[in-house]
Amino acid sequence: MTQKIKDRIGLPPVNAQKTNMICHFCIVGCGYHTYKWPVDKEGGRKASQNALGVDFTQPVGSLQLSMTPAMTNTVKDKDGQSYNIMMVPDKECVVNSGLYSTRGGAMGSLMYNDTGASKERLKYPRFFTGDDWTDWDWKQSMAVYAGVTKRILDKDGADQIMFNAFDHGGGGGGFENTWGTGKYMFSALKTKMVRIHNRPAYNSECHATRDMGIGELNNSYEDSEVADTIMFIGMNTYETQTNYFLNHALLNLKGETKEKRKKWFPEESIADSRFIFVDPRRSTTQAICEQTAKDRVLHLQIEPGTDTALFNGLLSYVVKQGWHNKKFIAQHTSGFDTALKANRMSLADCSKATGVSEADLKKAAEWAYKPKASGHAPRTAHMYEKGIIWGNDNYKIQSALVDLVLATQNVGRRGTGVCRLGGHQEGYARPPYPGPRPAPYIDQEIINGNGKMLTVWGCNSVRTTLNAQRYQAKIIERSNIVRDALIHLGGGLSTEQIVDVIYDAVSNKGGLFITSINLYPTKFGKLGHMMLPAAHPGEMNLTSMNGERRMRLSEKFMDAPGIAKPDCLIAADIANTLKALYAAEGNAKMANRFDGFDWDTEEDAFNDGFRKPDGIDSQGGATGTLVTYERLRAMGNNGVQLPVKEFKNGKLIGTEMNYTDNKFGTDDGKAHFLPAPWTGLPEPVEKLRSKHRFWINNGRANHIWQTAFHDKYHAFRTDRYPMAPIEMNPSDARDLGIESGDVVEVYNDYGSTVAMAYLEPDMKPGHTFMLFGYFKGNVGNVVTDWTDQNVVPYYKGTWADIRKASSMAGYKETVSFKRRRYS
Amino acid sequence: MSKISRRNFLKSSGAAVAIPLMGSTGNALAKENSQLPDTGIMLDYPETTVSNSSQLPVNKAINFNYPDDNSPCALIRMGHAVPGGVGPDRDIVAYSILCNHMGCPLNYDTTTRTFKCSCHFSIFDSEKAGQMVTGQATEDLPRILLSYDKASGDIKAVGIDGLIFGRQANVV
Repeated sequence: MTQKIKDRIGLPPVNAQKTNMICHFCIVGCGYHTYKWPVDKEGGRKASQNALGVDFTQPVGSLQLSMTPAMTNTVKDKDGQSYNIMMVPDKECVVNSGLYSTRGGAMGSLMYNDTGASKERLKYPRFFTGDDWTDWDWKQSMAVYAGVTKRILDKDGADQIMFNAFDHGGGGGGFENTWGTGKYMFSALKTKMVRIHNRPAYNSECHATRDMGIGELNNSYEDSEVADTIMFIGMNTYETQTNYFLNHALLNLKGETKEKRKKWFPEESIADSRFIFVDPRRSTTQAICEQTAKDRVLHLQIEPGTDTALFNGLLSYVVKQGWHNKKFIAQHTSGFDTALKANRMSLADCSKATGVSEADLKKAAEWAYKPKASGHAPRTAHMYEKGIIWGNDNYKIQSALVDLVLATQNVGRRGTGVCRLGGHQEGYARPPYPGPRPAPYIDQEIINGNGKMLTVWGCNSVRTTLNAQRYQAKIIERSNIVRDALIHLGGGLSTEQIVDVIYDAVSNKGGLFITSINLYPTKFGKLGHMMLPAAHPGEMNLTSMNGERRMRLSEKFMDAPGIAKPDCLIAADIANTLKALYAAEGNAKMANRFDGFDWDTEEDAFNDGFRKPDGIDSQGGATGTLVTYERLRAMGNNGVQLPVKEFKNGKLIGTEMNYTDNKFGTDDGKAHFLPAPWTGLPEPVEKLRSKHRFWINNGRANHIWQTAFHDKYHAFRTDRYPMAPIEMNPSDARDLGIESGDVVEVYNDYGSTVAMAYLEPDMKPGHTFMLFGYFKGNVGNVVTDWTDQNVVPYYKGTWADIRKASSMAGYKETVSFKRRRYS
Repeated sequence: MSKISRRNFLKSSGAAVAIPLMGSTGNALAKENSQLPDTGIMLDYPETTVSNSSQLPVNKAINFNYPDDNSPCALIRMGHAVPGGVGPDRDIVAYSILCNHMGCPLNYDTTTRTFKCSCHFSIFDSEKAGQMVTGQATEDLPRILLSYDKASGDIKAVGIDGLIFGRQANVV
């Protein structure tokens, strides 16, 4: 990257404003503080002269400081005043203890600045006039957006109004924003035609575990510190939940939490802890753990898609050995016998299906389930992510895993838990979804010409969907029909006439009117007709919840660019505009539908939603009503772990672990075993596998957050990955004349994409791993349209061919292709 | 522009410590106009002779301190031209060896030619201008800017691109 030398940082003066901020990005939600002070001031090097209280008159010792140029920036508020900001990790936050990851650490530099990395942020609504984008104000854009909405609603019904919407917290959402959007879509509009940012229907990534009575975030990070064994399944936590791993789980493996374990479980034998990795790939996380304790790390390197077989084999073996908890099963669960019978698999068959040796299967069972010397069942935490969620039949794998966990009572006991590790933060509070289960497969509806209007809210789902090439082709085709109509608009048209033209295009010509509500002009946005500018934490107050249900308030400290607004207030604007339109024509009934959005601030939205005691689906539950901004602010970056138990002595008291009372989330309070017989791969996937040479596994990389909506403008990241990397086995690559840095084409019958070859000896022959959702190279193009019974994709179930497309001298000169696995 | 420097010769064992000259400056403005405030934008980096191009083995990290004793660095001849490399073959580079994530000492791995941190497992590529391969820093590894004198073969550290860990400014 070409830039001025960054060899110094301006320090915040002692009177700098200091506010709390939870990282915008991953599920861990590290705690930060934001300092803000006038641009012409600066703190001094003595500890008493700067707000950090650090003595910079001599170099600070290692591990004592987290402060880098990327944490700093200059911002301008609406009053025209410029300020310096610095966003540094909070040492007192129990989540990260002052640590930061490469992603969160750069938050400061991603805050809006009209010349910095974020300068492409949307400042105003934009409308596509047919040949170009123009700036509009809220009044104009609401008039057209609501006008089109109303026309379709009146003539064709709510289900012609479709959404691709975020459902999460953190930078991309928060309880305020999921409530605002949810109230609009489900209570007011009453549409069921909504899909989620990364999957093509309104479903859960965790139906099975929830059906069985176990919410997917049921322990604390501290439980990973005290577990005897942790089974990591389909994940790469060093790269994607970095400080959960570095500040909690790894400390256990290193032996640093042994005293705590002895203290918590004084009657039990406490041996050195052990980690089991279930993954077809040797990940960077595993490499680090092997570096720490090779003899206490076991890799169950299963064949792709065979997780269910693995868990069924382990369950059968565990029961055969008598290591299951008969008392717990009898008293607190139902369906064990049926499930055991359905899932039953001999160790030999399990070994055959998974490719894991019987010796290793036995070893895993011993590490995780064999009673300890003291006679106690080991405390084994099971931590999983997208290997299961986007795996071979999400519902089945999860059922099989949770069956095994229930049989061995590895839930509700400290040091256990069967949990998602998570992607982004959570922040779910919405009226109940007004549709069925399984929910409609929205992508297919769009592809089939259904729907007249699509709003892409806080996501960029051309990059984060399956069968993406076909989907995008259809989007472009249907969008162009509306663009053609718009380009032929004469001058001087009223809003009503513009609405007429759009409605005609979507009703009579097969068009689709597309609006993107986002921080940036994203790819999906650029394919559509209207963009509305949104705000992120810091520009608004925002509440969210991390992977151990820790809810915090991130404080507003600056103004959003231009006239950008929080999503909840955009939703309110839309609802209020519709309300006025219906009221103007004397339709009181419909006007009432859009009532209840009298919000001036995001706090109003928060109070309207999260604080409802019942009648909604909320991670706050019945005691969400005890949470207020004021109370949360007082809890600082440590927040409160939901559900709140009580408010006492000025503090919110929360819940560290769920199900400690063995009362599960089912009608009868018992956990339900679910049968999950192993049946191989789905037919379309099996077809791909027999036709194509390479398994195209896909997922995340340490440097990059999500769809790179910020990162694509940040040279530190795009220099590292100018294109989506694909890890390949070196002898496979040699076969095809491919070197690291070459651009390859990845292709099958579903579509094709490009990627940057990155040779990696750990990749088994025939296996690859490509970065998911990137802005150059979209692996979704080659993913099948197959989904499980709840319309959850199998992103990992993709096989394709690979050929060399070009040899990029530029990439080879500037990009490192050294091994990412630490040794 | 006159410069004051003190020559330091490396011991052949390769583990040399260069004593930086405090107060020396390459900024002629300050020297010549000592009554006026220094309005240059560069920090007052010393110039330190680190090595000589005739004495450098390939792929061996030569330790030195720059810009002061509290900032350990490593100089390496890579054996082929690399981004940022100086010398007749444009293959001599130098970096801070305090991990710019949280300041743990980096180890140079001669097999992979990377710097590795055992604290949080950051890896930096010495052949790609200190690019972070994987890890938790927010910038690539700070590079020590080198000058090469063709006549003598001397290699000097003259500046730093990036911020050394633990500092508000590179020159304390």
